[in-house]
Amino acid sequence: MLVFSLLVILIFNFALELDLQARTSLSAGILWATFIFAGTIGLNRSLAVEKDRGCLDGLLLAPVDRSVIYFGKAVGNLLFMLIVEAIVLPLFSFLYAFNVFQPGFLLVVLLGSIGYAAVGTLLSTMVVQARTRDILLPILLFPLTLPVVIAAVKGSQGFFQSLPYEEFSVWINILVAYDLIFIAVAMMVFDFVLED
Amino acid sequence: MKPKPRLLTVLDLLAAVSVLAAAGLVFFYAPVEQMMGAVQKVFYFHVATAWVGMLGFGVAAVSGILYLQREEERYDVAGSAAVEISLVFFLIAIIMGSIWARPIWNTWWTWDPRLTTAAIVELIFAAYLLLRSGVDDPERRARFSAIYAIFGFISVPLTFISIRLLRTIHPVVIGSAEAASQGGFNMDDPMKTAFFFSLAAFSILFADLLWHRVRLGELQRKVIALRFKSYEEED
Repeated sequence: MLVFSLLVILIFNFALELDLQARTSLSAGILWATFIFAGTIGLNRSLAVEKDRGCLDGLLLAPVDRSVIYFGKAVGNLLFMLIVEAIVLPLFSFLYAFNVFQPGFLLVVLLGSIGYAAVGTLLSTMVVQARTRDILLPILLFPLTLPVVIAAVKGSQGFFQSLPYEEFSVWINILVAYDLIFIAVAMMVFDFVLED
Repeated sequence: MKPKPRLLTVLDLLAAVSVLAAAGLVFFYAPVEQMMGAVQKVFYFHVATAWVGMLGFGVAAVSGILYLQREEERYDVAGSAAVEISLVFFLIAIIMGSIWARPIWNTWWTWDPRLTTAAIVELIFAAYLLLRSGVDDPERRARFSAIYAIFGFISVPLTFISIRLLRTIHPVVIGSAEAASQGGFNMDDPMKTAFFFSLAAFSILFADLLWHRVRLGELQRKVIALRFKSYEEED
């Protein structure tokens, strides 16, 4: 996941020939594309490992509510995404002489990752029980997380270009709304994902 | 096997007649729009097919919720039937829109909220069908696709809002004053008649196709059950 995201950043560098001007407008998009792709790999792995080694059945035997399992896996996935981001962001900053350490931007990263992990965990729990699991997750996940991608990219861009906060605060509201709605719905339907 | 219900035959005829009548109204009754000319006539069926596409999306989400509540197989059949029909109708709507957009906007495609949302909905439909084909166990397949339909139905409005905040040039024909510069227009009465008649005709067509598809799904299930039975007798 980590090596993959570093490679993606490298490829973007050569594919887009990032000069100083392009960097300001494209950085947000590159970073989020990297996080999203790396996140898919992490999500696929995290549940596939449980399934293949039979741990999923063990988890189901545990005398807890199903939503506890969901939150456990979701928080785990979120943590992995955040760790990768915590390594990628300073590197990005270093390689491109670009300041990403702004509290507001870090908030956007956190909110975006929460939404992505919330939906991704639920879908990957479904996908590991399917036949075509390795290719299925991105196909299912990307159309559903489009609002997260749009809002996160626009929100990050706002901070990168140091626009006044009122101009892009709406994107942060969308991220918060998305996170709340999908965590709630995922919690409601998770019982049905792991029924047997 | 149950014979084809009488009401379904009636609905078949009604759908055929009303779609033909809608086409007649569009071509011979509704006047030619002054600014855009004949290409504007695409609009009647464009909106009607897009409406059917969204209707099917709604039906899929509602039957998803009903399936999760009651676990009855018919809701699963209804959901997948609605998605299959909507996939086709939405594609027709997108293609018709492109045909209209080429002369009016001077481009086949733009990343406008409605166009993008339509493309996303189409992708969600495709993903839904791929998910179904990837899961073998029928009961599990039903649960997963119900959940996915619900998730899709919740996320699409958010996508729409997000892109709407980004940019828009799609005309809002009904209830908007400043659309004229984007290729919008005001409908006079014969236009309205043709428009609403097309909407109704395609809704009937949708109901008809849905019913057929649900029947087909039930027959499919029966065939599988019979095949299992014959295997057991052979053994």
